[in-house]
Amino acid sequence: MSPELLNVLEVIINGLLAGVMYSLVALGFVLIYKASGIFNYAQGVMALFAALTLVGFQTGQIPFAHVINTIFGTHLETWGPGLPTFFAILLTMGVMVLFAYLVERIVLRHMVNQAPIILFMTTIGLAYFMEGFGDLMWGADIKTMDVGLPSGASTWFETMTAGWATEGSNYPGMYVDMLDVAAAGIAILLVVVLTLFSQYTKTGRALRAVADDHQAALTVGISLRTIWVIVWSIAGFVALVAGIMWGAKSGVQFSLSLIALKALPVLILGGFTSIPGAIVGGLIIGVGEKLFEYSIGGMLGGATENWFAYVLALFFLMFRPQGLFGERIIERV
Amino acid sequence: MKLKKMGVALLAAGLLVTSVPAMADLMFPVLSYRTGPFGANGAENADGYLDYFALLNERDGGIGGVKVQTPECETEYKPEKGVECYESTKGNGALLYQPLSTGITYQLIPKVTADKIPMLTPGYGRTSSANGKVFEYVFNYPANYWDGASVGVKYMLDQEKGDLKGKKITLVYHNSAYGKEPIRTLEELSKKHGFTLKTIPVDSPGQEQKSQWLEIRRDKPDYVLMWGWGVMNQVAISEASKMGFPMDKFIGIWWAGSENDVKPAGEGANGYKALTFHGVGKDFPIFKDIETHLVAKGKASNGGKNIGTALYNRGLYFAMLAAEAAATAQKIHNTKDLTGAQMRDGLEALKLDKARLEALGLANFAPEITASCENHGGSGLVAVQQWDAKAGSWKLVSDFMQSDREVIDALIKADSEAFAAENKITPRECK
Repeated sequence: MSPELLNVLEVIINGLLAGVMYSLVALGFVLIYKASGIFNYAQGVMALFAALTLVGFQTGQIPFAHVINTIFGTHLETWGPGLPTFFAILLTMGVMVLFAYLVERIVLRHMVNQAPIILFMTTIGLAYFMEGFGDLMWGADIKTMDVGLPSGASTWFETMTAGWATEGSNYPGMYVDMLDVAAAGIAILLVVVLTLFSQYTKTGRALRAVADDHQAALTVGISLRTIWVIVWSIAGFVALVAGIMWGAKSGVQFSLSLIALKALPVLILGGFTSIPGAIVGGLIIGVGEKLFEYSIGGMLGGATENWFAYVLALFFLMFRPQGLFGERIIERV
Repeated sequence: MKLKKMGVALLAAGLLVTSVPAMADLMFPVLSYRTGPFGANGAENADGYLDYFALLNERDGGIGGVKVQTPECETEYKPEKGVECYESTKGNGALLYQPLSTGITYQLIPKVTADKIPMLTPGYGRTSSANGKVFEYVFNYPANYWDGASVGVKYMLDQEKGDLKGKKITLVYHNSAYGKEPIRTLEELSKKHGFTLKTIPVDSPGQEQKSQWLEIRRDKPDYVLMWGWGVMNQVAISEASKMGFPMDKFIGIWWAGSENDVKPAGEGANGYKALTFHGVGKDFPIFKDIETHLVAKGKASNGGKNIGTALYNRGLYFAMLAAEAAATAQKIHNTKDLTGAQMRDGLEALKLDKARLEALGLANFAPEITASCENHGGSGLVAVQQWDAKAGSWKLVSDFMQSDREVIDALIKADSEAFAAENKITPRECK
């Protein structure tokens, strides 16, 4: 194969892998929207908060140390060497469940029957609160995320693909980041588990019932509040996974909350109510933006990815307003 | 009812006492950012800035015997919040602003000029404000972005035995006014030295840069220069190391040269280089004073945890420039209480030589500065620092080098004159 063709293939593969990373964020939005009709603006901040908490447990950081030190003049920082990664992840999941419980108890409970825009605005408030709370709890400094995932170029893939090139072309082989590959594997596993959970468990069926019709679900004895706690807990878990993956790429820092911006075109394209839609949408956005940047971006001055993702999503909207996999809502008068 | 009224009056009086400074105090409002995506960097810089003034208050009783006040206002690195902070603090006798943001600087240039309150933007802001004839109240010494670009190329010339002909240099830049600043200079230098320049923008915040780094991997440039800030730096350094780009050929501007930028990439960042206009580390006598007068007394910002980091040192240096200019202004005008216009005179008459730096406990920390009415930009001396991942520290790997004045002075003249024409400013005469 010619190096040019291999370059295009490399762009497509990396686009698919980047798309999976976007999907990881989009999944959290979909889960909450499906079950409660709330567009959760705080999903990006949840990923940040989960990642901060995980690193905090891993490094043995004392929560609110900065606040305690300021008030009492102490010099607290860590309580010890920190927890092993596995236990830190378990504990972080526990924190996210507690967070879900508190969100239901303090916020959502008082918002029942409110208009969607009110619920959306509530999540904006929640996002800003969590960002400030995360700052107070764990500090604003940049932290390194290390959960033992592989990272760096795959030399095996590089060597193999170098052999595909026309002889004498001096092609170095294709690049893929092992971290992206690991993220893809985890995302696939996550979708399978979520699908099995929603199809074959009692709670999963209850979630689907609530998603279909709140009123009908209530009449058959499903507790809306319990369901909301479960859904926000699962979304918290997905946020943790997204936080780990993105945190491993760039360090855990407050710009992590902005990854939500990458999920929006995925949601527009894939639909707000479909888990497979979040995955397929992510893949299309990932490949689309990378190919556009590769082929046309240079002529337009570069840095086209951020806006092109939205153009692509809007293009799909013209033909399928509900997104590729979204539910078509027809309201008859 | 009477008691209630009295209570309200007492509360109001209390608020008045706490919020209005004593008239004799020297006011240096701190437009900082400790929250948001750039908060980690902003906090380190602000800590250094605050600690230097706190040290002067503790050790010397202020500047010329007058205490310094440093009210902090959170800008979140947003221009609109920066303007709000400026408007809310300027009435309290503010003597100088250092907003640590090119975006905020651009918003404040007309305001500070109208209000006659100087603004100092070392290593950022509008590069052509180095021309004091046009920008009466704006300063950017000791170095600007164009000095950075020029010294970056000069360092490459040194590495390549004085010849960059046929070499490929790629600039990866934050797709903003800040990131685009060096392009014009680099284009001029590419004509002069015969290298090929390629520019690759990264949209803010820059968490996803796969396309850009795949392009660099395909192009195989000899050097990569980076003009980044915040998460863009961490991702770029991480991607470069994963793709096997030689880190000693990857040089960032000083805003891409903090511990925050390299630590997330771990060992992979080893050998990465960045430009700087001041020293690195804690091996300077002033840090002993900080330990004695601030840390030991529990008065250091953030418990002193950022002391000695690249951005802390920069904040400290920024405050030192402000304090030295204030002391100079006090001498010129033979007064302890200063106005903004007098502070401007102090900034223009600033002379920071080796002896003075040594007396400040900062021997060899930074190059000498001699400002003037015309020269608000300083000497443009810049060094290169390199990251040692194992030691977890930066070290200087070059002397402070002079930027290409022939190219830069011409660019400053052209840009400042265009600004003057656009804003109907008649450049002042400098005697």
